[in-house]
Amino acid sequence: MSELNLEIDGRAVAVPPGATVMDAAVKLGIYVPHFCYHRKLSIAANCRMCLVEVERAPKPLPACATPATDGMKVRTNSAGAKSAQQGVMEFLLINHPLDCPICDQGGECQLQDLAVGYGKSASRFEEDKRVVPAKDIGPLVAAEEMSRCIQCTRCVRFGQEIAGVMELGMIHRGEHAEIVAFVGRTVDSELSGNMIDLCPVGALTSKPFRFAARTWELARRKSISPHCGLGSNLVVQVKQNRVKRVLPLENEAVNECWLSDKDRYSYEALESGERLTRPMLKDHGQWREVDWPQALERVAAELTKAAGSVGILATPHSTLEELYLAGRLAQALGGSADFRLRQSDFSGDAKRGGIPWLGMPVANLDGLDRVLVVGSFLRKDHPLLAQRLRQAAKRGCRVNVLHSVDDDWLMPIANRKIVPPSELLEALRGVNGTPIGESLRSGRNVAVLLGNFAQQHPQAAQLQAAAQALGYPIGFLGEAANSVGGYLAGLPVGGNAASALGHKALVLLNAEPELDCADPQTAGQALERAQFVVALGAFRPARDGADVLLPIAPFAETAGTFVSTEGRIQSFHPAVRPAGDARPAWKVLRVLGNLAGVAGFDYETLEQVREACLRGKDLAALLSNRIDLAASPAAPAPQGLQRIAEVPIHFADALVRRAPSLQKTRDAQPPRAWMNARLMQQLGVSAGQPVLIRQGSGEARLAAALDDRLPEGCVRVPAAHASTAGLGAMFGTLGVQAVAVGKAA
Amino acid sequence: MLDYGPDAILMAGLDGANWRLADYEKRGGYEALRKLLADQVPPERVIAEVKKSALRGRGGAGFPTGLKWSFMPRQFPGAKYMVCNSDEGEPGTCKDRDLLRYNPHSVIEGMIIAGYATGSTAGYNYIHGEIWALYEQFEEAIEEARRAGYLGRDILGSAFSFEVYAHPGFGAYICGEETGLLESIEGKKGQPRFKPPFPASFGLYGKPTTVNNTETFAAVPWIMRHGGDAFLNLGRPNNGGTKLFSVTGHVARPGNYEVRLGTPFARLLEMAGGTRAGKRLKAVIPGGSSMPVLPADVMLATDMDYDSIAKAGSMLGSGAVIVMDETTCMVRALERLSYFYFEESCGQCTPCREGTGWLYRVVHRIETGRGRAEDLALLDNVSDNIAGRTICALGDAAALPVKSFLKHFRHEFEHHIEHRSCLVSGPDSEPKWGRAGAHLPPAMARAA
Repeated sequence: MSELNLEIDGRAVAVPPGATVMDAAVKLGIYVPHFCYHRKLSIAANCRMCLVEVERAPKPLPACATPATDGMKVRTNSAGAKSAQQGVMEFLLINHPLDCPICDQGGECQLQDLAVGYGKSASRFEEDKRVVPAKDIGPLVAAEEMSRCIQCTRCVRFGQEIAGVMELGMIHRGEHAEIVAFVGRTVDSELSGNMIDLCPVGALTSKPFRFAARTWELARRKSISPHCGLGSNLVVQVKQNRVKRVLPLENEAVNECWLSDKDRYSYEALESGERLTRPMLKDHGQWREVDWPQALERVAAELTKAAGSVGILATPHSTLEELYLAGRLAQALGGSADFRLRQSDFSGDAKRGGIPWLGMPVANLDGLDRVLVVGSFLRKDHPLLAQRLRQAAKRGCRVNVLHSVDDDWLMPIANRKIVPPSELLEALRGVNGTPIGESLRSGRNVAVLLGNFAQQHPQAAQLQAAAQALGYPIGFLGEAANSVGGYLAGLPVGGNAASALGHKALVLLNAEPELDCADPQTAGQALERAQFVVALGAFRPARDGADVLLPIAPFAETAGTFVSTEGRIQSFHPAVRPAGDARPAWKVLRVLGNLAGVAGFDYETLEQVREACLRGKDLAALLSNRIDLAASPAAPAPQGLQRIAEVPIHFADALVRRAPSLQKTRDAQPPRAWMNARLMQQLGVSAGQPVLIRQGSGEARLAAALDDRLPEGCVRVPAAHASTAGLGAMFGTLGVQAVAVGKAA
Repeated sequence: MLDYGPDAILMAGLDGANWRLADYEKRGGYEALRKLLADQVPPERVIAEVKKSALRGRGGAGFPTGLKWSFMPRQFPGAKYMVCNSDEGEPGTCKDRDLLRYNPHSVIEGMIIAGYATGSTAGYNYIHGEIWALYEQFEEAIEEARRAGYLGRDILGSAFSFEVYAHPGFGAYICGEETGLLESIEGKKGQPRFKPPFPASFGLYGKPTTVNNTETFAAVPWIMRHGGDAFLNLGRPNNGGTKLFSVTGHVARPGNYEVRLGTPFARLLEMAGGTRAGKRLKAVIPGGSSMPVLPADVMLATDMDYDSIAKAGSMLGSGAVIVMDETTCMVRALERLSYFYFEESCGQCTPCREGTGWLYRVVHRIETGRGRAEDLALLDNVSDNIAGRTICALGDAAALPVKSFLKHFRHEFEHHIEHRSCLVSGPDSEPKWGRAGAHLPPAMARAA
């Protein structure tokens, strides 16, 4: 269809049919004042601030909701439009507290800003202002000052449309209308913090940040999220060398204007009491603080001594430069290094065509019309990728799921197949003959996406091959910030994450093995067996398995590079200086290389390291999800109950584990042992009752919980949590036993 | 026999108990529908007939009904709906209640014919939640019609299928706004939608929908039986037919009267027994509380039809004629009206949510002897800032009375402000001062 030509404030503009006057104004760069309008949300037209004059219209019309028509003549700042806008502003202000100096939003408030342009200097309203009771809607979003609410319903629409779950709504009517959560409930969405950004006034504010600083006191530094594979762009806001707040940096191709709560609030861990700020040595079982030279010399000596058998275990949350140096160090000293700590199947290592990645730009997820997500706790592992698929589903994309649990992704699911972990591979191989296969065949833009669960699965390589065999483009939902970057850094070196554990000396980079490894028991045994263990970390480890602790600078305190799951190379600068004596890990590794006499370790800047890592590499050419692997015969069914382990969203890495506000959310509640009703009956337990989980040499005591959507013979026992750190592999069998409750013996 | 006046056609031959199907058929009911279906009259012809009749929407806006029906897309795959707005909430209006109570089948037949004319698949009658008994009675009437084959699949052996459902209202004035009503039927909070899109393209459940008033539907069978011309000739050009007026206030015999459009107001007043003994007429709100008030002399020179009332400076609205005699304090009357709109604002859009409360508070201040010289200008200005700037017409409904009361009875407001006392006094006027909140409803007292 041809474009519509209209005129706004005397300037001509052409917009496609269906566009609104607001769209046309935005295209011209003309600002029309507004509150309820947001380009990512549905049109509510309730604030009436964007009223404009349209030729031949008897009344002023809201620019946000008025369709553009051919030949339309709009005036956004004529006397009529101005009078309408000023009238609305006066209405908005009569019941709004005019105490900006004590409001947390002061200085970054849309209402305050627009009141300067459209408000009067004195109020004609002399009656008492409305008072709206404060609400407690959870640990992240403060709804303490609901009298400030202007009922724009952005937060409500965000929940319904973006987060996929309505957790806030407007009750009552007229002047008594107020925003509330459901009775007795809190806002638990993993995307809830975005409501704060959306709120144009000081009604919804950040609970952790509230009254901690004024917006104009904050320096704004760009950064990249160290958590999930998306690589969300951040603005880290800093005052006096302390990170006060993290906000999204708009990047339509990556995180749009959103952030997951994990990305937004993990900065709090930077000030955790568990921060490691001085190097520490263990002498005869006693920890003591030492200076850097002493610690580094000791480590270098031990590593040199163990030359030929040095294992480096880095988490994929480490930077590209850190991983590159770790790999080179392992190469030089002899040994192995890997970053895929939660993976357990490395049989595909030599058979892959390249670096496994999303298989497409993130933004292309929007355009899929059929998708099969295999083995993914999508909503919690990749909150914003889930959001993209949610929007795609809204546009008609049919989302199919093959997994071992049936969690609510808050989007329509076309077909789901829920099988025990041991049957995942066979189910994927046979998917063509199921409704899922039928659904995929009917699409034009199809993808098969493999989630964290599929990547951590003991048959991960076979799953990749089976997905490939379906004949559609496949993609990996990268587990962590550098799941692609690790490969680009040259890892794995000399083996893999499992074999690295077998070495005499172990170097842990950002890793807490009992929480970050596929099998905490094996990892723990390896630590005990090793002659020497050095841990480079930002926090004091929960488990005392190391001989030397080196404090390194985490996210926001260091510079580096993350390569996101779509292969986007994003470098970032530090936002603040490292805490105490902590140092950027790349410098620590570089000095260790020097002390160990490794040649070519003379980098003076991070850029040199990055340059060395990336020199001559064409990432686009290296990315490939191809695998050449003969199909394995079906594995025999395991005996006993199968474990289904996820990594809970707020326990995935060392940083979030120590972010206090995130730890107060519902998502951070202690794990439970989920099972279906039949299993509960078999075991003679009921929901809420404690059960004893036995796996390998360890056990855990958890509360039983009912999830009737779990497949037969399975127990869902999350990993990466202190309460289950004593258990074995994330995949495997375990025993469950009811614990007698009653009087203490 | 119920007496709605000599011109009654919708309410003729009713005795209060003869609402059932058999009675309705005896009065010639469902004949129009039978004939339509038997003769396979093309739907366009039905619409043309309704257009010819100059039937205008009886709910308030007076929009030509035939024209409205013609907005329904003809070629549309899937459901289309006819919705009957029986959420009669306008203060002063009580005509639809009588229609549903004494002649429900006329509404059902009207809906079926409208469904036939527009190719709709189903109709919903949204009945004011406070008249529950009538909702139940209407359900019974639907059941009668269904059993008789007037509803359901292949009605009377024709190829036309149509269903009617009753839906109880949820007790808010705003649910009578057509898009708020649609939201309410959908199970959502009754909040009006922004238009466009209009219901004819995106209505109930997103399907093409026409919303008509109860009385509008009730007039349709008569039009089809007697012809559009006959209906038109009952009234005046562009104002066809008869209209039910709910005459309330200071009249000797308040109640519903059905008269031909164009009947002089003086005649209607006479039917209602005139003003109370010895009292002079002061003012009339001719079309329900949302419409501008008119002084007695203007009203007495006006005829009761859409165009005449508009010419006189008000609107015919829903036909609720609120009569006020000389004992009425216009400040007090406006205070009550303003409170109503303040209480009933849905709160969705800013000017109405904030402005209606402001208007009420200022009027209340004047009424209770705390007015200020600048208050009248303030009321005028705040009304202007509400009117025409809201999502639905409730904003206008709140602003128009204020504007008109100030226009015609400004001196009473000025007297209140200047003398802190009321211009109207007499044995019937209620005590004023010192009553702030004393006999107000609790919510009203809180808001004060």
